[in-house]
Amino acid sequence: MSIDHDLLTKTVRESTAEVFSTMLGIELEQGEAFVTKSPAAAGDGVLAFIGLAGRWVGTGSVSVSGALACHLSSRFLTSDYRSVDDDVLDAMGELTNMIIGNVKTTLEESLGPMGLTIPTVIYGRNFTSRTLGTQEGTKVLFHMNGERMEIHVCLALNRDNVRLRPSFNVQSLLMH
Amino acid sequence: MDVLIVDDSAAIRKILQRVLRQADVPIGAVFEAADGVEALATLKANPVGLILSDINMPNMDGLQFLTKVRAIPEWKSVPILMITTEGSQDKVMEAVQLGASGYVRKPFTAEQIKEKLAGLF
Repeated sequence: MSIDHDLLTKTVRESTAEVFSTMLGIELEQGEAFVTKSPAAAGDGVLAFIGLAGRWVGTGSVSVSGALACHLSSRFLTSDYRSVDDDVLDAMGELTNMIIGNVKTTLEESLGPMGLTIPTVIYGRNFTSRTLGTQEGTKVLFHMNGERMEIHVCLALNRDNVRLRPSFNVQSLLMH
Repeated sequence: MDVLIVDDSAAIRKILQRVLRQADVPIGAVFEAADGVEALATLKANPVGLILSDINMPNMDGLQFLTKVRAIPEWKSVPILMITTEGSQDKVMEAVQLGASGYVRKPFTAEQIKEKLAGLF
């Protein structure tokens, strides 16, 4: 059983459009969407991600350049941000929470209940991210002010909720 | 009326504070907390007339916080508006059963918050 990438793409586009028009007053230009197994290329900027857990498990992330993060945060908080600081990281975490949270709510209708983790936000240069495992992810692009925003959702069926890890025979180690 | 805003996002706390100041509700001091644990401690020192709370937070989430507040007789009737990305019908029902006075799904407009507040007072 695998995820329906067309449904996921549609859900991500609708959720993102709603969050941007409601909270930022911005109509985004939609870009391409594709299925990928490869990790993201090394890049610079802000990456915010949230874990999803339930019968389906995975992550949802939003990545933008530092300049676009500042622009979005300025609209969100009606202040002027010219460099990435705590406020910008917090705003990007909350925007990601809203986008992925609404994707989750829509997907729950077909995939069953899922929980959300607290957002984590990273800002840096020349970093790479990847979700462990071999499953495919759906990447959806948006464009704004000549910059690009990437939303990546990677979900896989949680075949066994509790996976036992092989363990050492501690007793035998202690006897020698 | 003093207000407590409970959300792990400082950005949302700032936005809600601005919306409250624009609403047709007389607002006094606005206290902030980043999770349910901080919120309970703030409430003990500063009784308020309105609480706005997120659900998905570290340490103590909004539903646990709601349960604890409603268990204390003097806070039983304080209006609590849940403002959260948790939009599933199950979560809404759970919050209402635990004693939430209203529910707003993120993303929200200032008008939606103001309408809910007007309905509470």
